[in-house]
Amino acid sequence: MLSINSTPQGSVREPLCKIIRGNGAKKPFNLRAAAGCAFDGAKVVLQPISDVAHLIHAPLACEGNSWDNRGAASSGPGLWRTSFTTDLTELEILMGHSERKLVDAICEIKKDHAPAAIFVYATCVPAMIGDDIVAICRSATAEFAIPVVPVNAPGFLGAKKLGNRLAGQALFDHVIGTVEPEDCGPNDINILGEFNISGEFWLVKPLLDTLGIRVRACIPGDARYLQVASAHRARATMVVCSSALVNLAQKMEERWDIPFFEGSFYGISGTSNALRRIAGLLIKNGADSELLDRAEALISVEENRAWKRLEIFRAGLKGKRVLLNTGGVKSWSLVHALLEIGMEIVATSVKKSTDDDRGRIKQVLKEECHLHDSIAPSRLYSTLTGGKADIMLSGGRTQFIALKAKVPWLDINQERRHAYAGYEGMVQLVRQTYLAIHNPIWTELREPAPWERHRDANIRKHGEREPYRIPLQFGH
Amino acid sequence: MVNIFSQTKAAAINSLKSSQPLGAALAFLGIDGAIPMIHGSQGCASFGLVLLGRHFSETIPLHTTAMDEIVTVLGGADRLEEAILTLKTRVKPRVIGICTSALVETRDDDIAGELLKMKGGRVAELSGTEVVLASSPDFAGAMEEGWSTAVAAVIEEITLPGEHPRDATKIAVLPGSNLTVADLEHLRETIERFGLNPIILPDLSKSLGGIIPEQWVATTYGGTKVDEIRHLGSAIRCIAIGEQMRRPAEALKRITGVPYVLFGSLTGLKNADRFISLLAEISSEEAPLSIRRRRMQLQDAMLDGHFHLTGKRIAIGSDPDRLVQFIDFFTGMGAEVAVAVSTTGMSRALQSVSLDTIHTGDLWNLEHLAAGTDLLVTHSHGRQAADRLNIPLMRVGFPVFDRLGNQHKLTILYQGTRDLIYEAANIIQASQHRPSPGRTDSPLNMEV
Ligand code: SF4
Repeated sequence: MLSINSTPQGSVREPLCKIIRGNGAKKPFNLRAAAGCAFDGAKVVLQPISDVAHLIHAPLACEGNSWDNRGAASSGPGLWRTSFTTDLTELEILMGHSERKLVDAICEIKKDHAPAAIFVYATCVPAMIGDDIVAICRSATAEFAIPVVPVNAPGFLGAKKLGNRLAGQALFDHVIGTVEPEDCGPNDINILGEFNISGEFWLVKPLLDTLGIRVRACIPGDARYLQVASAHRARATMVVCSSALVNLAQKMEERWDIPFFEGSFYGISGTSNALRRIAGLLIKNGADSELLDRAEALISVEENRAWKRLEIFRAGLKGKRVLLNTGGVKSWSLVHALLEIGMEIVATSVKKSTDDDRGRIKQVLKEECHLHDSIAPSRLYSTLTGGKADIMLSGGRTQFIALKAKVPWLDINQERRHAYAGYEGMVQLVRQTYLAIHNPIWTELREPAPWERHRDANIRKHGEREPYRIPLQFGH
Repeated sequence: MVNIFSQTKAAAINSLKSSQPLGAALAFLGIDGAIPMIHGSQGCASFGLVLLGRHFSETIPLHTTAMDEIVTVLGGADRLEEAILTLKTRVKPRVIGICTSALVETRDDDIAGELLKMKGGRVAELSGTEVVLASSPDFAGAMEEGWSTAVAAVIEEITLPGEHPRDATKIAVLPGSNLTVADLEHLRETIERFGLNPIILPDLSKSLGGIIPEQWVATTYGGTKVDEIRHLGSAIRCIAIGEQMRRPAEALKRITGVPYVLFGSLTGLKNADRFISLLAEISSEEAPLSIRRRRMQLQDAMLDGHFHLTGKRIAIGSDPDRLVQFIDFFTGMGAEVAVAVSTTGMSRALQSVSLDTIHTGDLWNLEHLAAGTDLLVTHSHGRQAADRLNIPLMRVGFPVFDRLGNQHKLTILYQGTRDLIYEAANIIQASQHRPSPGRTDSPLNMEV
């Protein structure tokens, strides 16, 4: 990125750090509504456990505005997509009836929906008026003979990342290790932080199956309560989504001696490395050492196939500049994946990444200036309209900034439609990126309207672009 | 007389309603240069932002006062002040619309009082920016209440009080939250056909109507202008659409004396006729040819469409005004509204329908009542129920996040009613079962 190339607009490309780095002043708090709350973070991590009833103890907004909005896929029960909330009313809050209502709700759910367990989520209002969900869950577990698990992460405690961690804590304190499996084996692993977005873990699982590696628990993607409860008998753990559940992996290592590593199923070499490390850890823990040889054989077949399939996209993507603006957790693995195909990363957001993540991304990118905490929408917009990137990869929250700037955009967050994990997924990601960049709409969209051609030239000259009003008539 | 049954479950399952703060924020989004700000913790606004974004496919300039644990305990007045001043200097919005969440309302802070005090002390700093407070805790009401509260608050705060010389061509239009962007545009064009000048408040068609701005704007980039709101008092008449708009219409009448006409719904031939007659009366103009043609097309659509809708059993779940709109529409076409579930039971609108029973509740109630009906009419979250029941779903309301173009669907006046007939009839046609020996359309197989 320090080389000088011409942009479509013909200007000289500057290092992006200059353009998008803020003035450095620390803001006291963020007024933009982009960041979620701790409750959000906790629910994101736990909700895909699919045979559990997730009960949100809250007035309407916490759950009412956010249910059934994730792209995680499940092969089994649909219970996790059913939304349960105590929907507290003013009267119940004022009269102190909210705890009673919670108990009634637990009872109803147990009776009508026969869940494997009930997870009860605390939120701000009940936390503020002092509802003791831990005690309620304890007595409900005894009374209703079903695990009732408190998830104590009311939103005001902090950001999403904290909620992720508290979710891991809840599993550690109340779920994992509560059931002894009868079928332990030397090739059992856990995958932590894999969400199975658009079913992408199903692109990876066949690889593991081929190697005879059994996934004891994939948390949370497509998980069942019993799998999570008996996860303490796995021989190795892979942590996928870097910041979300690494604490849980550490605690499981301490308590049950399960070694773990952080890896990723994004990118070709990422996937290969993950397979190698899984095999390596299992062997260290007693698995047959030929596992690694089989893994290598599989890797070389799969890599060859993937590279062959990627060849057709290479010419069309080489040197194309990606503005990577994700919530952070997945950015470092994606960075790697895209570099492999010859694209350039012009910036990436590290807001939610851990220091470790930052280190990793820095290594890959070399230039530290590519990292920034978060980009204000206005900066993002001017970066994009200024032709500093050929495509933006981000989550839905910034989608329309790219689209309104008439710049290609690809969703890489929770709601995306495509599966990007594993070798297959990498081909898909590259294909989608290629299709997005080369879609014919972009040239057409950037053409001025017939009645604007003349005017536009004038306006450019005088540099006075009225925002939006002139070309859009509203009947006045 | 309608009986209103409310649910008795402790847990709400699959929420039908959206929260009050969201409705209030949405209303502020229809004002030019505005920023809605949810007074609460970060997450509340963030969820709302995502949901609004998914529904409208637009950037949403929603902000939050980002109360954390300490601020929550100590009280949010200082934080609110700080947030307003920061926004004011950083973005310079014309309007900051504060929507209170359950979190701050539970504490029972005197937010209105604090805000008044603050505005008194910061006159110079806040000049050029209107700060409007909508009390909209999510432990009460639903979207319509939030919307209505916010519009009333805007009028009370911004519109100049007192009687003004009336402009014989100026009409104040207060649309309910159930109108789409296409509805608002159609409304404006129709009123203009009569040589009248409508001021629509709020006007989402100018802010969330699929606009590609030519530069970054941190506030809404269109909507009702503050100046227009200020001078609403010179309108010759106010037209309020939906029972939810009675409160803002009353507020306008109270402070400026502008009389209002309230339409429960603008869908259906009768309602459209009434509306067109009113415009003709105010303007002393005859309905132009194009409108007459639309009326004829609607008559034709009724003729062609009634075959498909007659006798069909419909299950509807929605906020009261939209519920009434669609109950009228379907019963008007000879269908039977077998199930009606409302988000809240408070609205007077519910008393106007010709059904025996309306339930208040959630999508779970709707699902259980809707077994055996022919068409489910509700928002996108109804998709799970539709799947389980194997009944087609007509997506109507908020949120619609799994179909494109919902904002550009017309639902009012002659043309919108025509479109609705076609849409409903087509959905039903598409899901018709082929006749088979065991399943003919014989009346013997039917309950009634
Ligand atoms: S911040 Fe608190 S009140 Fe708001 S959504 Fe999160 S948990 Fe609910």
